[in-house]
Amino acid sequence: MSRIAGLFARKSSVFIGFTVAGDPGIEASFGVAKTMIDAGADLLEIAVPYADPVADGPVIERAHVRALRAGTTPDDVFALVRELRGYAPALPLVLFTYHNIIHRRGPDRFFSEAAAAGADGVLIVDLPVEESGEVAPYAARYGIDRIALIAPTTSPERQHAILSGASGFVYLISLEGVTGERDRLPPGIAGLVGAVREKTGLPLAVGFGVSRPEHVRTVADAGANGVIVGSALVRLIEEHAGDEAGMQDALRAAIATLRRGLVPDPEPDMPRRERVEG
Amino acid sequence: MKTGRYGVYGGQYVPETLMSALIELEETYGRIREDPEFSSRLSWYLHEYAGRETPLTFCGNLSRDLGCRVYLKREDLLHGGAHKLNNTLGQALMAKFMGKRRLIAETGAGQHGVATAIAGAALGLPVEVYMGEVDTRRQALNVFRMELLGARVIPVASGTRTLKDAINAAMRDWVANLRETHYLLGSCVGPHPFPRIVRDFQSVIGEETRRQILEREGRLPDTVVACVGGGSNAIGIFYPFVGDDVRLVGVEAGGEGLDSGRHGASLSAGSVGVFQGALSYLLQDGDGQALETHSVAAGLDHPSVGPEHAMLKDSGRVRYEAVTDAEALHAFRYLSRTEGIIPALESAHAVAYALRAADDLDKDDILVVNLSGRGDKDVADVASLHGGVA
Repeated sequence: MSRIAGLFARKSSVFIGFTVAGDPGIEASFGVAKTMIDAGADLLEIAVPYADPVADGPVIERAHVRALRAGTTPDDVFALVRELRGYAPALPLVLFTYHNIIHRRGPDRFFSEAAAAGADGVLIVDLPVEESGEVAPYAARYGIDRIALIAPTTSPERQHAILSGASGFVYLISLEGVTGERDRLPPGIAGLVGAVREKTGLPLAVGFGVSRPEHVRTVADAGANGVIVGSALVRLIEEHAGDEAGMQDALRAAIATLRRGLVPDPEPDMPRRERVEG
Repeated sequence: MKTGRYGVYGGQYVPETLMSALIELEETYGRIREDPEFSSRLSWYLHEYAGRETPLTFCGNLSRDLGCRVYLKREDLLHGGAHKLNNTLGQALMAKFMGKRRLIAETGAGQHGVATAIAGAALGLPVEVYMGEVDTRRQALNVFRMELLGARVIPVASGTRTLKDAINAAMRDWVANLRETHYLLGSCVGPHPFPRIVRDFQSVIGEETRRQILEREGRLPDTVVACVGGGSNAIGIFYPFVGDDVRLVGVEAGGEGLDSGRHGASLSAGSVGVFQGALSYLLQDGDGQALETHSVAAGLDHPSVGPEHAMLKDSGRVRYEAVTDAEALHAFRYLSRTEGIIPALESAHAVAYALRAADDLDKDDILVVNLSGRGDKDVADVASLHGGVA
């Protein structure tokens, strides 16, 4: 069983943290990811920095800019994944990337390097199902899950097409818009989760806009298997620039608070590593 | 060829949320192209409002100088001062037919923003224009023009704060508001069906040119030249000639020279990549990040180009050349003095290539240059570059 499938089989409610590799710096990035894992992230999405992240709102875009200014390249991203794989052998790691990174490197090389580094899945934010034939054979060859995206605007026909090539879990976009914190989530989440649930046995995780414990609860109550938090964590990195200890404290506190919205774990206070490895 | 592809180029590399809007756009566009009501209304706007058809001017002085028969297609005389209005009127009218209630657009130098503001005002649609913060300062006059025309200009402070970031910002707005908003993209770039829509609305340039030159000369031209940034004026004049025995030349921004790394010549010096929704040629680094570009002409200062141009380059049907800032500035002054026509700095690149190519032409050869816009917008910049002396 893959790490992703194993995680969702073990837990009914999964907390997924997001970070841009190389934010706020190449070295500091490992500390950020490690803190998220220690604080209770069950799965990490690691974004490959990209200069034109059109699906992202201002908070995550600035993180891409910080990472690029720090000189982060895809090589550094794979190195980070390798390091995290060593730190948390059982924790699923998903690369979140824009397609030109893969196109430029060549999909064969990209997926082989991703697999060698220890990534479990790849999510390509600007590669809709119509174009996904370019990468599908390579993802399959190297045993990498292709995490599919479904939006509130995705028609039922497209949902079918998207799900037919998906593996790992399905990323449901909660709202019409880019990533970023919102005061409240739109009311249609339960409907979207329910509609997709009828079409697939894959786990469903909801992201975009999720930034408060009550949002996490809304998503869990909607029947999703996981919740993805990005901007609300990335913002803390920006706010604590130059203060690594303060940043890690803030991340720990935020994840602890957000996790309270999840369906309670049987042993909520047990440290993450022991739980994964034990 | 797959849907929305030009050879291998084009496609739809966009976030999933946008796909429904692109599918809706493609369906609507297919329908309105067959709708006589749409055609007759667009025709009215183009002729009665915008001033089509534009002249194909035989330039006696230029022809004597260059030793061949030179015509200028006068898009500089179109309302607004550039070819941009052909596309904005078409798309704004289409947005009306789709029931959209708001237009958004990106702009670099401000020409497309102004053309969108004009079309929005004429058709009664509110317009918001995204413009890089750097550009709002460089092109303050166009910001004022847009505001005068009732549009709201939104400065974009992310990334390089120029055109590509304005496009990113407009795409983000569209993702969040696609039910009531039409994104009026200004060039033949971006995801399918935009390259096709923009090419079709701009093809009026080439269709008129073809008819006019046949009336005047009784034959097709030997060479047609146009500048290429995103490539909309070029594809507009080239497209009706693609099946003919006519040499087509696209002229890119050579900036400070292709070796300097400071230019906007994605076809001449770029490589294949995905950018802002389409596979095309792109100025990018080894990791796939778009590079900063440079041109004296703001409208050519962009790291990528329309996918149809990428196909036409690979097939060899169109030749793409680069002209430096210095050559373009020379042509800007030269055409002003020789013919009394001040070209846009973008269009001056096409004129500069004509000056360079004239040696290889015979006196009976017919050369058509697409004068895509007028240069009033550039006069202050050129004056400051030259200490006030043209």
